[in-house]
Amino acid sequence: MSKGLKTTIIILAVMVAVGLVTLPSLRRAVERQRATPTPQTEEQSRREVMQQPISTSTDVQVQAQLYWLSAGSPTALEPTAVLLPLSADPVERSKQLINALILRAPSAEKRTLPAEASLLAFYVQPDGTAIADFSDEIISGMPSGILSEQMAVESVALTLGANVPGIKQLKVLVHGQEAETLAGHLDLYGMFPVPSLAPAAGSDNVGVAATTKKIPPKK
Amino acid sequence: MVLSFARLLRISLEAQGLRVLLTRQANDDPSFDDRSRVANAQRNGIFISLHVASTGQPGTVRVYSLLQPTAGPQSAANAPRGALLSWDRAQYKFIEQSRRLAELIQIQMAQHFHGSSETPFEAPVRQLRTVAAPAVAIEVSSVSVQDKGALDQMGPGLADGVARAVAAFRTIYESGGR
Repeated sequence: MSKGLKTTIIILAVMVAVGLVTLPSLRRAVERQRATPTPQTEEQSRREVMQQPISTSTDVQVQAQLYWLSAGSPTALEPTAVLLPLSADPVERSKQLINALILRAPSAEKRTLPAEASLLAFYVQPDGTAIADFSDEIISGMPSGILSEQMAVESVALTLGANVPGIKQLKVLVHGQEAETLAGHLDLYGMFPVPSLAPAAGSDNVGVAATTKKIPPKK
Repeated sequence: MVLSFARLLRISLEAQGLRVLLTRQANDDPSFDDRSRVANAQRNGIFISLHVASTGQPGTVRVYSLLQPTAGPQSAANAPRGALLSWDRAQYKFIEQSRRLAELIQIQMAQHFHGSSETPFEAPVRQLRTVAAPAVAIEVSSVSVQDKGALDQMGPGLADGVARAVAAFRTIYESGGR
């Protein structure tokens, strides 16, 4: 046996020995890694937070009118009465309504906003302009077409108009930015009118169609 | 699918002696402004934006003219005569003509495709806003049909109906009518 071959065999034997020694600790490290939950992406974390039910001290159970696609006609919207805890604060109330519009669609056929979309922020300016900021999924999950995009925005506008007094027009943002279109067709350049269907502010019901029991605030 | 509709429409319009420019030739995707640039470089043209929707009642066609935003950009229709036309609001001066063109096309679509509305629609369609000419968007429903052949079969009727409506529109406006 040559001297070089002997050296190679010795080196290989040492490497095998080192491998055998380190193998158990390597296995433990892999098991530890498996047990650790995968870190969430920023988007996943934000969605979890946003989809937490919004609860305020002024919440009351209300028969809210939510606008989804009509069962009889896929080209029209119709109101559906849904019992919801709604805040007296117009901003929180609007967030509750839009979240319900996304999360409580009666069926896939009636849905107007993508299930994976979330409302990131909502503001109401003193002149009655509401600004709704949606996550990117409002674009990526939207069925393409003028009709579907128009139905999506109108369902938000009509739902706000029917349940929140004082909102006159709606501006849609996507991920905090002005977007050119919703999903390639509907222009997001301007404002969308919000028809005033809610009872006037100042009434006892604060734009509520019916009053039932008051919900205690969450601790 | 949209491109095949556009090619059929081109044949029908050229048969009437009209010159037709397609803003998209293949699966390229020009921007809204690129398409508007092509349209706005023409004199006495009209602009037709074709779409196939993912939703809507299958086998029907909806025709849209631009719904002008209620707030934000000011109406160009009220701009002084001779004033420069803002690119972002180029369509505002043509809203009435576009509405008339949409009416004529929608009537044809109702005749060709059972269940289609007889009256046109208005929507803030992005592509239309920057076109400085009578402009409409035509949306065919829908890609959700089980049999894609049914959608293909709409092509000839669509092309024929739109060509007839465009001919009527041309007659009205060349005679100075409203």
